[in-house]
Amino acid sequence: MKSTRRSALKATGAFATLVSLGLVTQSQAQAAVDRASFSVKTLDDALKAIGGTPANSDQVTVVSPDIAENGAVVPVGVTSKLPNTTEIYIIIEKNPTPLAAAFMIPAGTAADVQTRVKMGQSTNVVAVVKADGKLFSATKETKVTLGGCGG
Amino acid sequence: MADPMRIRAALAGDETTVRVLMAHIMEPGTRRDAAGALIPAHFIQDVDASHNGKSVLKAMWTGAVSQNPFLSFKFKGAAKGDKVVVKWVDNKRDTRTDEATIA
Repeated sequence: MKSTRRSALKATGAFATLVSLGLVTQSQAQAAVDRASFSVKTLDDALKAIGGTPANSDQVTVVSPDIAENGAVVPVGVTSKLPNTTEIYIIIEKNPTPLAAAFMIPAGTAADVQTRVKMGQSTNVVAVVKADGKLFSATKETKVTLGGCGG
Repeated sequence: MADPMRIRAALAGDETTVRVLMAHIMEPGTRRDAAGALIPAHFIQDVDASHNGKSVLKAMWTGAVSQNPFLSFKFKGAAKGDKVVVKWVDNKRDTRTDEATIA
């Protein structure tokens, strides 16, 4: 009991020192979204987990195919022209667990990421970005001819 | 130890574009095998890319990212010959780190 309390206090103190030294910024000290959020089952819950309802923005772009022949491998890209974009989330609306991926963008890195995701069926690909602490989004519908979630 | 990642990093102007192809099954945990049993989840959860010791991208992934994940991103402040290091950790605590030189 004694040793765990001591080590817990030590860790907290060390971490606080790092934050005060500016080596770990406040925003980095708090994880963008915690891992449990990734198991939410609806788009609304995903948005709640990310931090609220985003405002639609034409400065955010979702690049995904109009029709994906293979739902197991759908290329998705998100770009944000908003300054100070720090987080990018990719949500596949009708997937069993819609929140598919999150990217944390430090200063110096472009708000421009690409990856490939699984889509269970034709649905909206929703990109949510956090810029200056506020949430913005863009949506693109992608039709899927062969679902990619094993169904 | 998993198969190595293929990383390409190219400098154009002041921006380095990094393209990574990771080797990983990315099993979501929702698929069933022939007998009807759930195949356990096995996917990359965290990705960390860094340049000169500074993190240039962090990602949190789920089983919804495709098998053999592809990742592309861009960052500024690097020079030709610098190294970009990419590390992933999956939900079974397996991990892989590879690096590439910026061309």
